[in-house]
Amino acid sequence: MNNKTKKILHSSEFYVGVIIILFGLLIQMRSGQFFTGNNLVDILRSFTIPVMFCMGELMVLISGGVDCSFPAIASLSMFVVCKYMENVTTNPLPFFLVAALIGLVFGILNGVIIGKYRFPALIVTLGTSSICWGVMQGVFQSREYPLCPALLSVGKAKLLTATNAETGLSSELPMITIFMVLLLTWFILNKTMLGRGIYAIGGDIIAAKRAGFNVFGTTVFIYAFSGMMAGIIGVFRACMLQAVHPNNLEGLEMTAIAACVLGGVSITGGKGTVLQACLGMALLTIVSNSLILLGISTHWQNVVTGIIIIAGTAATAIQNQRNAKKLAVKLTES
Amino acid sequence: MNKILNKDKNLTRILAVFLVCFVLFSITQGSSFLSVSSFQSMGKLFPEFGLLSIGMALALLTGGIDLSVVYTANFCSIMAALTIKALTPEGDAGVGAILAGILVALIVGIICGSLNGLLISAVGIPAMLATLGTQSLYNGFGVVASKGSSVTGSKPLSAFISQRVAGIPMATILFVICAAVMIFIISKTTLGYKIKMMGTNMKESAFSGFNNIKLTVLNYMMIGILSAIAGIIMLGRYSSAKADNGSSYTMQAIMIAVMGGIDPAGGKGNIQGVCVAVVIIQMVSTWLSMYQSISDFYKQIIWGALLLIVLLLNYYINKREVAKAAKK
Repeated sequence: MNNKTKKILHSSEFYVGVIIILFGLLIQMRSGQFFTGNNLVDILRSFTIPVMFCMGELMVLISGGVDCSFPAIASLSMFVVCKYMENVTTNPLPFFLVAALIGLVFGILNGVIIGKYRFPALIVTLGTSSICWGVMQGVFQSREYPLCPALLSVGKAKLLTATNAETGLSSELPMITIFMVLLLTWFILNKTMLGRGIYAIGGDIIAAKRAGFNVFGTTVFIYAFSGMMAGIIGVFRACMLQAVHPNNLEGLEMTAIAACVLGGVSITGGKGTVLQACLGMALLTIVSNSLILLGISTHWQNVVTGIIIIAGTAATAIQNQRNAKKLAVKLTES
Repeated sequence: MNKILNKDKNLTRILAVFLVCFVLFSITQGSSFLSVSSFQSMGKLFPEFGLLSIGMALALLTGGIDLSVVYTANFCSIMAALTIKALTPEGDAGVGAILAGILVALIVGIICGSLNGLLISAVGIPAMLATLGTQSLYNGFGVVASKGSSVTGSKPLSAFISQRVAGIPMATILFVICAAVMIFIISKTTLGYKIKMMGTNMKESAFSGFNNIKLTVLNYMMIGILSAIAGIIMLGRYSSAKADNGSSYTMQAIMIAVMGGIDPAGGKGNIQGVCVAVVIIQMVSTWLSMYQSISDFYKQIIWGALLLIVLLLNYYINKREVAKAAKK
C-alpha cells in the first residue's frame, strides 16, 4: 500500500464517509426510501442551513475557540430586518446587507472581548448570546411573523426539484448560497495568509505571535466572520421557511459544534477542514432525518444524537491518547 | 478587622455588592421588597438554580464545564415522579413512595454524574464536548421516559417541598444544607484541596501522586447529586416533571459561578462566593419583577451583560493585584 492510500484510510473523513454510506444502506434496506430523490433532497434541505452555520463555527474551532452565539445573532438580525424593512424596499439585497451588519456588530463584540482578554470563548459567547435573545424578545418583542414579499421570491428560486412519481410529493432545494459559503470558507482557510493565521493561532498562540501573525486582528476577524455569516444565514432561513420563526434556531449551536467535532475538527484548535465539517453535519442530519424511516420513535432522537456525539468524540480522544503514548515510547527509545 | 477583610478579598467584594444591592432595593421598593412574603418567595425560587450553580462551580474549579446539569436535574425529577407514580397507583403517595422517589433521583444523579466524570477523565474527551453529548443524551432519556409530556402526580412531594419550617421554605433549608456540605468539602477537606490542585494543573497533580481519574469522577458525581436535589426541588415546585424545564439555567449557572469568583480556567475560587452570588441574582430578579413595565426578557440582557462585566472586572482586579505584588 503506498503512502497516499494509507493516508486516506487513516483520515477521519474516510471513516465518517464510510459510516454515512453504511447508515444510508441500512436505511435503504429497512425502508427502501433512502436513495429516492425525494428523501435525498429533503435531507439536503435540512442540511443547508446548519452546514452554513458550521462554516463560521469551523473557523472559530480551528482558532481554538468556540462560538455559541450565532443562533441568537442570526435570529435577532433576521427578525429585525424582516420586521422593520418590510416597507422600505422591494429589493432583497439590502435585507441581507443590514442583517450582515447587525451580525457583524455582535461578532466584533465577541472578537474584541475574546481577542483582547483571552477569556474562555464559550462563556463570553454564552453572554452575548443571552444579550441577543433578550434584545430580540424584550426590546423587539419577537413573535412569528409573515415574510415580506421582497424575500418570498428569493426563497422560491429553485436549484433542484425532485418529485415522487407515486405520491406526487415534491421537494425543492432553493439555495445556491450554500456552495458560495462553502467555497468562501475554503478559500479563506486554504488560500489566504489570514487562513494560515487562523490555523497558527489554533495550534499555538504564542508561536503564532512570534511568527508575526496579528493574533488580535485575526481573532476579531474570525468572530466577526461568524457573526456576519449568522446574520446573512438568518435571513436565508426565513426565505427558506417562507416565514419568520424567531425562536426555532435555539440549540443549533450545539449541533454545529458536535457536527464539526464528529467530522474530525479538533476542539482544541489547529486542525479541521471544510470537508470534515460538511461530513459531520451530513451524518447528524441524516441520523435525525432518518429515524422515522428506520421505524424508531422521534422521542429517541436526542438519545441517538447524544450517543453519536459521545462515541465520535470518544474515538478521537482514544486515538489521541494512543498517539501520545506512541510518541512517548519513541522519545524514551531515542 | 483588616486581616479578616483581606483574607478572602473576593468574598469581601461580593458581600459588598450584596449590601449595595440590598440597600438600593430597600430604598427603591421599600416595604414590598422588605416584606416577609417577598423573602419567602425568593427563598422558594433560588434553591434550584442555586444548587445547579454550585454544581457548575465545581466543574469550573477543575477547569472543566458541565453543560448537562439542567438535563440531569430534569431526568432525575422525571425518574422520581415516575417512581412515585408507580408505587402509588391510587394517586395518594405515602412517605415510603416519596422517599423511594428521592432515592431513585439521587441514584440517577450519581450515575449521570459518574458517566460525565468517566468520559472526561478515563476516556479523555474535553469536558465541554463530553457534557454536550450527555446533555443531549440525558435530555433524550428524559423525553423517552416521560414520553415527551410532563409527568404529574407527586402532590405530597410538592407539599413537602413548599412547606415552611419556622417561616423558612423547605427548599431554602435544603439549599443551605447542601451549600454548607459543599463549602466544607471544598475548603476544609483534602478532597477539596486536591480538586482545586487538579484544576490548577492537571499534569502536576498527576505527578504529585493524585489519582486524577478518581478525583474527576468524584467531582462530577457530586455535581450529579446536586443536580438531582435541584431536580427534586423543581419537581416539588412545579408539581410535575418535564424533559426541558428550566433550559435557561445552564447559562445562568455559569454566570453565577463566574460572578461568585470562580476562575473559569480552573483552580481558583470558593463556594461561599457562589452562594452569595446566588442570593444576589435572586434579589435582582425579584426586584426587577416588581416593576411591571420591565418584561422578563430584559433579564436575559442583564444576565448576559453582567456575565461580561464581571469577567472584565475580575480581569482588571487580578491585573492590579499582580502589579501590586510585583512592586513589593
